[in-house]
Amino acid sequence: MMNSGDTAWVLMASALVLLMTIPGLAFFYGGLVRRKNVLSILMQCFIIVCVISLQWVLFGYSLAFGPDLHGIIGNLDWAGLKGVGAAPNPDYAATIPHSVFMIFQAMFAIITPALIIGAYAERVKFPAFLLFTLLWATFVYDPLAHWVWGKGGWLKAMGGLDFAGGIVVHVSSGISALILALLLGKRVGYNHKPIRPHNLPFTVLGAALLWFGWFGFNAGSALAADGLAANAFVTTHTATAAAGLTWALIEWWHNGTPTILGAATGAVAGLVAVTPACGFVNPMNAMFIGIIVAFVCYAAVAVIKGKLGYDDSLDAFGVHGVGGTIGTIATGLFAEKAVNGTGADGLLLGNLHQFGVQFLMLVVTIAFAAIMTFIIYRIVDAAIGMRVEEKNEIIGLDLTQQSEAAYTVIE
Amino acid sequence: MKLVIAIIQPHKLEAVKRELEAVDVNLMTVTNVVGQGRQKGVTEIYRGAKEAGGLLNKVRLDIAVNEAFVEPTIAAVNRGAHTGSVGDGKIFVVELAECIRISSGERGPMAIG
Repeated sequence: MMNSGDTAWVLMASALVLLMTIPGLAFFYGGLVRRKNVLSILMQCFIIVCVISLQWVLFGYSLAFGPDLHGIIGNLDWAGLKGVGAAPNPDYAATIPHSVFMIFQAMFAIITPALIIGAYAERVKFPAFLLFTLLWATFVYDPLAHWVWGKGGWLKAMGGLDFAGGIVVHVSSGISALILALLLGKRVGYNHKPIRPHNLPFTVLGAALLWFGWFGFNAGSALAADGLAANAFVTTHTATAAAGLTWALIEWWHNGTPTILGAATGAVAGLVAVTPACGFVNPMNAMFIGIIVAFVCYAAVAVIKGKLGYDDSLDAFGVHGVGGTIGTIATGLFAEKAVNGTGADGLLLGNLHQFGVQFLMLVVTIAFAAIMTFIIYRIVDAAIGMRVEEKNEIIGLDLTQQSEAAYTVIE
Repeated sequence: MKLVIAIIQPHKLEAVKRELEAVDVNLMTVTNVVGQGRQKGVTEIYRGAKEAGGLLNKVRLDIAVNEAFVEPTIAAVNRGAHTGSVGDGKIFVVELAECIRISSGERGPMAIG
């Protein structure tokens, strides 16, 4: 039975999730790089929106959500959106047009490869970026989305819980980011320390837009304008506020001053961690998730990364990989059927099985994303060469990959 | 002819300009610069990583003057920029080989004022 309220909300939520990638993530990342590379980040985010939207319409949606083949992948029956129209598909959302569910999911397929940009920022060739993104979306995101969310997907069949994409979006992109950072190597001149961001106001603007758009991401994942959406909205906001404040307080204690970059980074970590949990946990546990993720991600980004020496340039792994892992485990701890009858109880309510399923889902995703990213990197590197020449890296990607400059020095 | 180069605290620019105008020195070129002196820059922190030795913002004034104005110019900059603490800045005085006013083609001391 179609419901106009549900349809209106999910349409609006789809637009909110688009806002997360452009301009949200584009400016969050864009402000963090040096001034010679800001346009490369904006370009990568913008072109991902174009390319993955078309991939999704042509065959991506069908691979991820189409009729199941052995729990592994969807078939191509829905390629070109054949049969995906105004009639609802009750397997996914009974009260909204199937095309609305499809376009909502398109926005998730877009932002996931865009998150990985944070690991390879400031040093990849544009054509290599394009090919990598297209292959990664097709051979990592689409299968994984099918396993966890698709009708007949094998992880979904086991009862794995991922309300809005902690596993499918954040762990997958975060682990792939780490692998890419290791394979690509450090930026020229990187010495175990972050390179000074060129425009922190951009980064804060981007973080604020991410926070705003994330209500569509998480509350929209209820696929209805109902009490579950309201719970997801409230838990999302609570965890984010807790993580932003906690990160600033940790810095205050550890370094002597709180920073806005810290508060913004903490807020994004909170958003990531609450993503798989938001539709299964209550607000007080969401607050706890926010506090915990701030501590763990701070340790990953500010302490462990420096010691290990890999150049995850904008902390795609440290925030999304680590935060998504915390959120997935937290879902297995704090989930309760009192919040969401279609979910499950977690370990704290005595359900060891659910905790085990969450853990298995995590291990499978980490292994799959890592191996596939390694293979795709090798293919792209052999075909095109992933990294720009050192000379071009020093000049900057804006001028060498796009022949344009963000800021004029002289009129 | 001399070129007086003054590196001062940015917030002292207005005071220095007032003092220069009081001794009839009205022509100058002002630029934003960064640098460090005895106070050794600042420590910046990004995502928990401390970056020592960040350069501090300063303002640089380039003032071309005839001989009679050299000491009054130095004194005026001093009056405007001095607080007595490190970071107040420096004044450099260098010989000026030539000066040409582009609009009229005048050269030398005539072209400076």
